[in-house]
Amino acid sequence: MALAIVSLQTIGCPGMDAYLRPRTLDDALRLLAAAPGCQVLAGGTDVFPARAGAEVWLRRDDRPLLDISGVAGLAEISETAAGWRLGALVTWAQLRRAALPPAFAGLCEAARQVGGAQVQNRGTLLGNLCNASPAADGTPPLLTLEAGVELAGPAGTRVLPLAAFLLGNRRTALAPGELAVALRLPRPPEGAHGGFLKLGARSHLVISIAMVAGVLVVEGGQVRAARLAVGACSAVAQRLPLAEAALLGAPPDPARLRPEHLAGLAPIDDARASAAYRQHAALVLLRRLVEQLA
Amino acid sequence: MIALRVNGTEHGVAAPPATRLSAVLRDHLGLTGTKVGCDAGDCGACTVLLDGAQVCACLVPLAQAEGRAVATVEGLAASPLGAALQAAFQAHGAAQCGICSPGMLMAAMELLASTPRPDEAQVQAALGGVLCRCTGYRKIIEAVLAVGRASVAPPAGAVGESLPRLDGPGRLDGTELYGADTAPADALWLRPIRSPYAHARFVIGDATHLPVRLLTAADVPGRNGFGIYPDIKDQAVFAPGLARYRGDCVAALVGERAAVEAVRWDDLPITWEELPPQGAAAALSGPALHERWPDNVLTTGRLRSGEAAPPATHTASGEWQTGCVEHGYIEPEAGWARRVGDQMEVFGCTQAPYMDREEVAGVLGLAPAAVRIIPSACGGGFGGKLDVSFQPLLAVAAWVTGRPVRAVWSRGESLASSTKRHPASIQASASCDAAGRLTRFAFEGLYDTGAYASWGPTVAGRVPVHCMGPYRVPFVRSRARAVLSNNPPSGAFRGFGVPQAAIAQEMLWDQLADQAGLDRLEFRLLNALRVGDTTNTGQTLEASVGLVECLEALRPHWHALRAARCSTGRRRGGVGVACMWYGIGNTGMSNPSTMRLVLAPEGRLSFFNGAVDIGQGSTTVLAQIAAEALGLPVAALSLVLGDTGLTADAGKTSASRQTFVSGRAAQAAGAALRDAILLRANAGANARLTLADGVLRVDGVALRLDAPLEGQGSFDPPTVALDADGQGLPYATYGFAAQLAALEVDLELGTVHLQRIVAAHDVGRAINPMLVEGQIQGGIAQGIGLALMEEYLPGRTENLHDYLMPSIGDVPAIDCILVEAREPLGPFGAKGIGEPALVPTAPAILSAIRDATGAVVRRVPALPHRVLEALREQRMGEALREQRSGVAS
Repeated sequence: MALAIVSLQTIGCPGMDAYLRPRTLDDALRLLAAAPGCQVLAGGTDVFPARAGAEVWLRRDDRPLLDISGVAGLAEISETAAGWRLGALVTWAQLRRAALPPAFAGLCEAARQVGGAQVQNRGTLLGNLCNASPAADGTPPLLTLEAGVELAGPAGTRVLPLAAFLLGNRRTALAPGELAVALRLPRPPEGAHGGFLKLGARSHLVISIAMVAGVLVVEGGQVRAARLAVGACSAVAQRLPLAEAALLGAPPDPARLRPEHLAGLAPIDDARASAAYRQHAALVLLRRLVEQLA
Repeated sequence: MIALRVNGTEHGVAAPPATRLSAVLRDHLGLTGTKVGCDAGDCGACTVLLDGAQVCACLVPLAQAEGRAVATVEGLAASPLGAALQAAFQAHGAAQCGICSPGMLMAAMELLASTPRPDEAQVQAALGGVLCRCTGYRKIIEAVLAVGRASVAPPAGAVGESLPRLDGPGRLDGTELYGADTAPADALWLRPIRSPYAHARFVIGDATHLPVRLLTAADVPGRNGFGIYPDIKDQAVFAPGLARYRGDCVAALVGERAAVEAVRWDDLPITWEELPPQGAAAALSGPALHERWPDNVLTTGRLRSGEAAPPATHTASGEWQTGCVEHGYIEPEAGWARRVGDQMEVFGCTQAPYMDREEVAGVLGLAPAAVRIIPSACGGGFGGKLDVSFQPLLAVAAWVTGRPVRAVWSRGESLASSTKRHPASIQASASCDAAGRLTRFAFEGLYDTGAYASWGPTVAGRVPVHCMGPYRVPFVRSRARAVLSNNPPSGAFRGFGVPQAAIAQEMLWDQLADQAGLDRLEFRLLNALRVGDTTNTGQTLEASVGLVECLEALRPHWHALRAARCSTGRRRGGVGVACMWYGIGNTGMSNPSTMRLVLAPEGRLSFFNGAVDIGQGSTTVLAQIAAEALGLPVAALSLVLGDTGLTADAGKTSASRQTFVSGRAAQAAGAALRDAILLRANAGANARLTLADGVLRVDGVALRLDAPLEGQGSFDPPTVALDADGQGLPYATYGFAAQLAALEVDLELGTVHLQRIVAAHDVGRAINPMLVEGQIQGGIAQGIGLALMEEYLPGRTENLHDYLMPSIGDVPAIDCILVEAREPLGPFGAKGIGEPALVPTAPAILSAIRDATGAVVRRVPALPHRVLEALREQRMGEALREQRSGVAS
């Protein structure tokens, strides 16, 4: 078994008592089973900032790190008959460079807008989901792509729809000993186009006030399929079935979207915006997205 | 051992695999060119290339760098592309303080490796992950775009020439040493313990169980207090039992680094009793925070000018609120201290070495002469490094342990503990006559000065003098109060309260101009101060009042931008204008500077310059002035920079005073040495000096010296202290400026999209136009932050992803127009620019929002939800007015 377990006593990273770097998925799962309390590390773009924030007040995360970045076979984007599989180590930058159908345009746009180039080079899509921030830029576009999350664990592999994987603010359906190993993206309907709009108070490096994603199929001037999702306006980004239904079977008219279609959102007041503003902005952004995709 | 290749060299590192790559480079490999600004991927200062891709080294565990190629700023010069990029940064003035430069350079390297001729959008996308607080990004973009294009040879550096920074090269190759970059090898580490509560009593129990020493108030050998004012030492090194803000220092851990870093919060023998905190408004009628100020009013500044207001036709009034703004220097506070016998040495980042010396001496109970302050390079200051931070703590620790001690604040600690721009609540009203001439102005400002005095009195002093702006106003009543609260101490921040006041003043002018039916720029021109006018403090301006020239220079841009305003369905274009004036140097009090030039017999010409260059460029500008006055090229000077053991007191780097005050001292020093040389050579006043191969020649004749020749110059700007009504001569000279902002407002989202800023600044004389432009652009970027996004909320925005400062895409194209209304007192006619650059930007932006939409924004930052709220209020007001007029008809 190729793995490294190192105990630490020296400078630079107090509290990190062990660092595990398996090379195979089997090893990773074995380690995770043996040390279920460890924290999984891939690109580090969420793990290290959280630790820095805690250390300001001498609160330290002592969980051992399970670094999956060396696990073979997790960094690929592969196309199958059913769709695409994005391994857990696929980064935003890697996604951006991949040849993907127009339905993925929203996801690729999110990849351009998340963090700065440094974060895009290191951060992984799946890590963004596992971090389960309400403002995760990846969630709305992946919801509209009807992504599934492939989980590997002691009991084998299962695939959860993304909406079932994300349970709340910083909460996922990962069971003890389970590792999220891939995203499964089903082949989108013929003619589908995707989009993504992000709203923040500065141009780069910004956490969203709100963001929306959509995938539409417009044929013969009529909306044949519609998937819309809103992020940063509830504990977990959501699809909007009422809004989607309102668009179906009619020309793609932004005015068909009404405030009541956003009834399921529950935005909060915070330093970035007020709840009322978020609710309002979500509708404006959705209408613009429909306009863009029409 | 983990193996990695850095700049082509193989290294084996014996460090835990989770160690951040940034720490590996700096602490294990000694490559301190890679800077650490946040440890959270928010600032990009630590950007390096990992197998050619830019990454934040603070987010990469050593284990993931194993076997890979790391490229850092230290390796740039070895490649032709890297060297060309460094040269372009130097030639274009793209580095100011230099702390972000390594990150910017590495991000640009990734881009240029794949895209040799990028466009501006590509540069912005590639560099968007690195924050710069000094430059406003424009010169960085210019530099990256210029790589590989023909360059011109730099000028020699005569006054008026854009000499590239003398301290630039070390900022671009990673060799410049900042506060965290060096310390004695045997230094202990210090980690402050800070209150997590805005207001709390606490008791520190027995700490003997801790593996390191816990320093508390009882360990301070001298006075347990510091503060800017000689008579106000109200902030304790270690608070004795009462914490007054979240971030207040109550104790410190001192020991070996690993042991200090292993201590957890729950290990600390501190019991807390949380008390209700109060903000400034509540504090006016709340319990006293300090016994000394029973009503919590730290200082009140007043101005009364004019006996009665002339009759008025139009009146406008309003209330405004501004946010708590963080300085946001990318270099967190850092340094080290060591005891040398009965003396103390402190190294680190600072804006005010001589003031630090007083503070350190005070807390140690020593004479100031027993303390030496050695400033490191300063990775940004903007007023925030005028107050001491680490200095007293490290001095106490080094004194009592007898060991060198170092400390580096984390970003979160820097944000929580450091001073801020005063949040202000302002009520103001103004009137003008039918022709648009101002008749009266009234101003009431409540400035939240936070938990300790810091520079609060200075702010309260400056605001009443400046708050009517650079205009003729016959009748003024103004009052500014600095009120203590349980917020972070508000201190000095680029403009000392004036940027907040300028918002109210300029918004009123827009309303009055509309009422009087005048163009907003012409309204300002009509009322602008001119030479010969007497200000509201009773000071007659004899010279160097360039506001009219500024406005006239802007007029064609004003008309062009207004004509180009574009309003598409959901967006409305607007153009705003705002002016400012700013007194250079301390308000009505002495603030001298002394500079010295020494020509040694062996021909070494040393310029002893104690002014700290925090990125603004004083090292370069003062050398240009001294050299010009002496009659030798800048290259002839050897620089001896700010060190209280070597250089005379140049005063602090603040109040936009170094070019004016120290510049005049440098000019006098140059002239004095020239006189000494000419006297010795028995040469005429126009004699030509040369210095080559260690030999000074006067009109070609070698001058032999058996002892050093010296020229010393001092200058203290003439002022008269203000009386109780704000009457006096507060400043020897003033900077003037006017700026235009063009933007679009998204009517549905309330977002503001800046398109262009045009800035006209009267700088007296631009000693170095490129550096002046750098100050203007950087000031504008901070003005944009103040107007649109920056708001520090203790406990909520204690990092650089929740606290937003402008990124590379938030600063639009900026046109700088330099107006030179020579100041007779200034060196070659020059006066200051540092703070004037920032003051008019926020009001110009709000003026443009109003122009676009009619909405008056009353609270900054104008975050999208606030702008949208203002738009709604505006529409409701309009609807009400229409309804009323409907009823009336």
